[in-house]
Formats: sequence, C-alpha cells, structure tokens
Amino acid sequence: MEIFNHNSNINFLGMRKFSIGIAILLMIASIGLIVGKGLNYGLDFTGGVALVVDYQQPVTTAEVQAALDKGGIEHSLVASLGGTREVSVRFQPTAAMMDEAGKVNLDKVASVATAALTAARPDATVKSRDYVGSQVGEELRGDGIIAALVVMLGIGVYLGIRFEWRFAVAAILTEFHDALITVGIFALVQREFDLTVLASVLAVIGYSINDKVVVFDRVRELFRSSRKAEPEEILNRSINSTLSRTIITSLFTGITMAALYFIGGPVVHNFAITMLIGILVGTLSSIFVASPILLWLGVSKQDLMPRTKENPELARRP
Amino acid sequence: MSDFPRWKYALVAIVLVLGIVYALPNAFLPVPAVQITANRNGTVDQALEQKVSDALKQQNIATTSIEVKGDHLLASFINGDVQRTAADVIKSALGDDFTVAFNLKSTVPGWLTAIGAKPMPLGLDLQGGVHFLMQVDQNDVIDKQETRHADDIRSLLREKNIRYESVTRNAVRGQGVSIVLKSAEDRTAATNAIAAEYPDLTVQDGPVTGDRFVLNAVVRPDKLRELSLNTIRQNLGTLRNRINVLGVSEPIIQQQGESRIVVELAGVQDTAEAKKLIGATATLEYRAGFGTPQQAIDAVRSGIIPPDARLYKNHEGQPYLLSKNVIVTGDQLADASSTFDQQSGSPAVSVTLNAAGAKKMLDFTTSNVGKPMGVVYVERVVDTKIVDGKEVRTPKITEEVINYATIQGVFGKNFQTTGLRSPKEASELALLLKGGSLAAPVDIVEERVIGASLGQDNIQKGFKAVMIGLALVLLAAAIYYKLFGLVADIALFFNLVILVAVMSAIGVTLTMPGVAGIVLTLGMAIDANVLICERIREELRNGSTPHASIRAGYEKAWSTILDANVTHLIAALALTTMGSGPIKGFGVTLLIGILTSMFTSVTVTHAITALIHGHRKLKTLSV
Repeated sequence: MEIFNHNSNINFLGMRKFSIGIAILLMIASIGLIVGKGLNYGLDFTGGVALVVDYQQPVTTAEVQAALDKGGIEHSLVASLGGTREVSVRFQPTAAMMDEAGKVNLDKVASVATAALTAARPDATVKSRDYVGSQVGEELRGDGIIAALVVMLGIGVYLGIRFEWRFAVAAILTEFHDALITVGIFALVQREFDLTVLASVLAVIGYSINDKVVVFDRVRELFRSSRKAEPEEILNRSINSTLSRTIITSLFTGITMAALYFIGGPVVHNFAITMLIGILVGTLSSIFVASPILLWLGVSKQDLMPRTKENPELARRP
Repeated sequence: MSDFPRWKYALVAIVLVLGIVYALPNAFLPVPAVQITANRNGTVDQALEQKVSDALKQQNIATTSIEVKGDHLLASFINGDVQRTAADVIKSALGDDFTVAFNLKSTVPGWLTAIGAKPMPLGLDLQGGVHFLMQVDQNDVIDKQETRHADDIRSLLREKNIRYESVTRNAVRGQGVSIVLKSAEDRTAATNAIAAEYPDLTVQDGPVTGDRFVLNAVVRPDKLRELSLNTIRQNLGTLRNRINVLGVSEPIIQQQGESRIVVELAGVQDTAEAKKLIGATATLEYRAGFGTPQQAIDAVRSGIIPPDARLYKNHEGQPYLLSKNVIVTGDQLADASSTFDQQSGSPAVSVTLNAAGAKKMLDFTTSNVGKPMGVVYVERVVDTKIVDGKEVRTPKITEEVINYATIQGVFGKNFQTTGLRSPKEASELALLLKGGSLAAPVDIVEERVIGASLGQDNIQKGFKAVMIGLALVLLAAAIYYKLFGLVADIALFFNLVILVAVMSAIGVTLTMPGVAGIVLTLGMAIDANVLICERIREELRNGSTPHASIRAGYEKAWSTILDANVTHLIAALALTTMGSGPIKGFGVTLLIGILTSMFTSVTVTHAITALIHGHRKLKTLSV
C-alpha cells in the first residue's frame, strides 16, 4: 500500500519565502504570547497550597477532583493518603483566596476549598492547610533551560562534525523554531505548564532533530551522487523523496501519542498533547523550514564531498 | 544466497533469549509484606518468627508466609488492608526493639533471582509512597564550626603562652571569632600561631582601644562553602545508610539546590516510622570515669548524684558514674571500622580521631593513666506521634555505657573501643559512626504521602496505553508495508521486551513519565523500519532486483538511521544527566529505548528478512 505518490515533485523550495515568512511570523507570535500572556506554570514551578481533607465516608480521588473543578479550583492534584477517607489536595490559589494586599490567605483558601468540597459532599472537612514552596520550582526551571541549551549545542556539534556547519546551524534554528512554537501554543491555550510538559518539549526537540537529519542525510547523499548539483533542485528532490517517510513516521509516532492521550490517564495527558503538537510542528518544519535555511546558508556540492585532505598522498593519486 | 552472517543470527538469538528471561520477573507481581528489622537490643531469629506468628494468630490474621531473610523477618499478606492491621499488631507485640516497616515481598522464582533477573522497581507515582523535602540547617554547621574554632584558638594561645583577654564568637553568625589580646606583640604572635595552625582561617587585625588589641579570625569563604557542601554530602550518606535499614527498594535520596535533600520512598506508607529513622542520630561520647563502682550503686539507691557527674547504665542495667565533661564526641571522629580486639578476641570498633580530637584524647590519657574512662553510646530518635490530630515530635535519647575500662596507656589518634556484644553490632556501630551522625540537623519542610490507589489506577492506564499504542502501530505497519511491516512488528515487539529487560536489569525505576518514554520509543522505533522499507521500495522502483534492493535498502538506510539516532541520543543523554525527577525518568527510558531499537529494527529485522528471503529466488517483494 502506498499513500503518497512516489513521483511527487512538489516545489517546496519555490514557496520558501512564503513558508519561512509564516515560520518567522509564528515565532514572533509565540514570543509575544510567552512574554505577553505568559505560561500557566503548574505547581511544580510556582508552588501553591496543600490541603488535607477528611471524609466521613470513603471517597475517590476523581470525586474530589470533580468537586474542586466545579468550585472553580482547577488543575488540582488530588492524592489519597493511605486510606480511603483522607486525601491531600494541592492547587494554585485563585483570586478569591487572596487578601486585600494580594497575598494568599490560608484561611480564605480553606474556606473557599471547603465550600467547593462540601457542595459535592457534606461530609468533607479540611484538616490542615499549608503552603508548598516555589523555590524548588525555580531551581528546576534553571535546570530545564540548561538541559535544553545543552541538547541543542550537543546536536549542533555532532551535525557539524558528521555533516557540515551549515547543517548544524539549520538544524538548531529549526529546533529553536519547533520548541518555541510548541511552548507558544501552550501560552496561547493556557494549558498548565509543568515538569512533564518541559520534559516533552525536550522530547520534541529530540524527535524533530531525528526528522530533520533524515532529510539532511538525503541532501548529502544526492549532492554526492548527482553530477549536476543545483542546490535548489537537490533540496527539492531530497524533501520529495523523503516525504512519505517523514509523514509515515510522524503518523506512527502520533498514533502512539494519541493512545497515550486518550487512554493513558491524566498524569500523561500533558505529555501526550505536547508531543502531538510538537510532532505536527516538527514535521511541517522538516518539510518547509529546514531546507530553505540550508539554501540561504549557501550549501553546495563542494561542502559535502568526502574530505581527502587528511591524507595528501592519497589525494594526489589519480 | 544470504549475506547475513551466521554469527549475527547467533547474536540475535542470544539477545532475544536474554531479553525474554530478564524481562520475565516483571510478570510476577509482589505481595504486600511487613518487614521486621532488629534495633540494637533485638535479634532476628526463630524465636522472633514464632512470636510474630503467635501474635498474628491471636488476632486471626492470616499470613501467606513468614520467613527470616538475612537480617530481617518478612511476613507477607494477601492485600494492603491485612498488611496494615498486621503491622499494627506486630508493632505492639514487639515493642521498641524492632523496626516494623511496610514492604513488598517479591514472588519472582528463585532461579530468576539467582541469575540476577529482577523486576523493575516502580516509582512513587506508580506504587505510592512518601516524599520528603528536607532542609539542612546550615546555620548549625557554622555555629558548631565557630564554637570549635573559639575553643581551639583558646587552647592554642594557652599552649603558646600568649596572654589574651578573651576569645569569643562574634555576635553575628559567620563573622568568625574575635580575640582580644593585651599587646601588639601578643597580637602578632597570635596571628602567626593561628595562621600556622589553622590554614582555613583568615586572620585580620581589628580596632585597638587602650590595651585591648582585637584580632578577628574568620573561616575562609571557600572553606565555608566546602564545609557546607560536605555537610550536605555527609547528610546524604547518613540518610542513605538509614533508609537502607528500612528495606525500601530504590529509595531516591538526592540533593536539591544547596541545602535541600529530597527523599522519596516508594512503597512506604508509614511516615512516622520513616521520619523516626531519618531524624535519628547515633554517636559515641568518651567521658572520664567518676568515683568508684560502689559510689555509682549508692547514687542509684540514694538518688543523689555528685554535681560533676552523670549517671549512666549499660545494657544490663549496671550503673556507672561518668564525668560531666566530654573528652571526645563522635563528630571529632575521622574514621571508624569494625575489628576484633587483639588481646581478648572480642568484637571492637577501631576509631580514628581528627587532629583536634586526637589532641584532646592525648592530653587526657597522658594525665589519667590508671583511671577509668567510659564510652557512651548516644542515640537520638525523634518520635512523631499524632495526638488529637496534631503532630507531636518528641526526641527520645538513649544513652548507654558500652565500655568502662581503666586507661592502660597513653593514646591519641587511633584506638579501639571494646565492649560490643557481637561482630554485627561492631560493624553497625562503625557504620553509624562513620556516616552515622547527621552533620547538621535536617528539618522536613514538605511531606507528601501518595496513595497506592492512585498508583494502581495509573499503572493500569499506562499499561493499557502502551498496549493499544503498540497494537495500533503494529497494525498500521503491517497494512502499509505488508510482509516487511510484519517483520518490523516482530522487531518492535522484541524492542519492548528488550527495553523492559534492560531497564529491569540495571534497575531503572519505572515512573509514569517513564511509561510515556516507552510509548514514545515504540513510535520512534518503527522509524528505522520505515526508512529501510522506503529505501527498498525506492530501489525496486529504480529497477534493482529484490535481493539487491534489500541489501541496498539496509546499507543506505543505515547511515541515516545512525545519524538520526545519535542526534536523538544526545538529546536523551542530556535529559538523563541534567534533569531531575520526571525529566530524568523519561530521559533514561528514551536513552535505553533508542539503543535497543537500533538493534531490533536493524539487526533483528535483517536477520528475519534474511531467513525468509535469503535462500529463495525472488521475483517480487512484499513491501
């Protein structure tokens, strides 16, 4: 079975001004959203408040979660404390829980939460309430950013050695594009950005680089094998001939992430949705963004011929 | 014709068999159990086993097994509820001499355990457990350090015959020690003496008023930093030792930031017990003996203790009077190891003191040969109980004389402490002394108990997601690439098996992000096969023969697969080494997954393809 026409010869490079334009626009929009609207950082990053709630009758965590959602306390983390009648709840305080000075008031937190919980189950009582520190989050946030930078740097160095510096630059730029837009979408929809999402953004970087390298590899191969090597034509042929693989792989990976999203439960929800967004963005940028950058950087046949400099003796031979 | 060498077939076969064997333990689910470990005064033996089983029988609690395993007793139960009631019963039956903790008993058959096959430990999110965030009290470290420096400087000045008015800690913490001397000459002499003796200190002249010549000694900032790092490191080591006693599988004990420690104990539900152990300290104190044994007995009878003495007892209840002044304490200890006394052959702990401690010991023994000295074992345990819904923390200090003997000769840095009851006790004490006392107190700033019910739910959903994701990809590959798709499917399945086997063998803790990593790996693993199949199709279209197409497909796809996977590997490696918590769990899974998938999707599929097509003449390929 084949879905894609293997003789496709779409002129992807021909629409480079258009596609790069959109890419830059999306990046600017993402930066705007991240700076302007900000990310909805989860408890991992911001800290929040933690309550211990007692019930007279057994209760499920889903029940508590639903009650909190109904009462306007969203994104709460509910965990059972050993038995079935005691749960711990963590969430970010809402506006109703602040005092005049804009500071979190634990008494208000307790009363708002109690109201939400008793509306669903009158036998609920808030036993203790506490702050959860945010310091930890900040330390971890720093780690995450460093990790992302090291990932990009490491990939760049490897590609620089295995291919050529233009490929490394093109890859890193597209990486950056993919990660930024994925995060930008998070800022747009204001989904909670927690550690799992951070992990998946890093995974998106990994996925998308994998995708680009396949195209780059074909570029290198075609440059080396074709006699007449017009960069634009080579790049177009590379994208076209890897097109079905790019899409099929995205489809397959997308299927598993969709399974995770629909079946994997709330804990991996964020991870799966981020991956799905990232896979889509990464696939599109492999097709429309990475190669035009290569072209602009001026990649040519000479850059990719196997180097013989290392052994001058060998190079001199006919 | 087949261009697939025989040794590669053998390799594939061996790896697949090993993969299956080492993945197998995960199929045996552990059962809830209660673990009983002896404290200083208890022993784990048949009698204890009998006692536990009697106590359980009395309350009509059924056990599935009770057995002594090494240094602990393990009783397993049908479910978590029974386990909980049983633990309460055992605790009340055994008293303080034993630590009773929740655990899980493995049901993996012996032959698998014998070859090192073990199931993946499950993370906190999957199994439930406790999470502590602890703050190390760095102020305490500075306080201790400065107090000690003040003492040391005082004795140094006395020794060098330098007259001083006072040596005191400055009011502000971290400002060091202030020394007031009588003259400028004395001050110069003191500066030189301190600089020579304590290179960690920076000495600076302070203001002069009348005949008060002030000198300030401050710990060098880099030393202070080193000290605080060492403190947290020592605390980490200590916590690790203690948590091992709890018998928790795969505890996570890691430093976070400069003064925080995260402890996560999967499978533990009893925070009070965990906290008790985490907060405990044990140390030795060497004190001068006081008076005669008769005086000690009199003191017990009359209740009148001489003002300079303290009354202690040994484990048999025999009283001793020891001086109130401590000669050396455990924190002046540089090293400790268990050994046997050369003369009596009884178990002993060989102790090495640091310079300051050695000097004190030398001074004391020089002037007190023939007099008695006592060694006191001090254990501080913080007992946390819930009283009226509130947490009440009561420190419980156990002090016990373990050795009381006459000083036979002068000694300083190295010496032995005898009086221990068994070699095991000696080695435990040595361990406690070496990494045993917390370098600085820790406060638990955050404590979370994650219920197992949430974990069970997570595990089921995660498992279902993996299976459905796998099934869908298998189906899609088979439809799209026909026979080659089926071959890729087999490889993908084995990839899962080998991935699980490797994770189990090296003991990676499986967490929910880890499950996500597995699912992602499954999706990505098929990529190599997509590359190969697309290549083969291309070659066929270009008019190559089927055999040539297969060969060219594998050859040409290989460099792409390598480049793509190495770059991906770099990303996974960064996640693993730099991330913490969920990021790390995910990174490790991804890292292993990429490596195993390179093997299965290239070598394994090639082997199968060669088996199917290798010796036949082919007109077409099902790809």
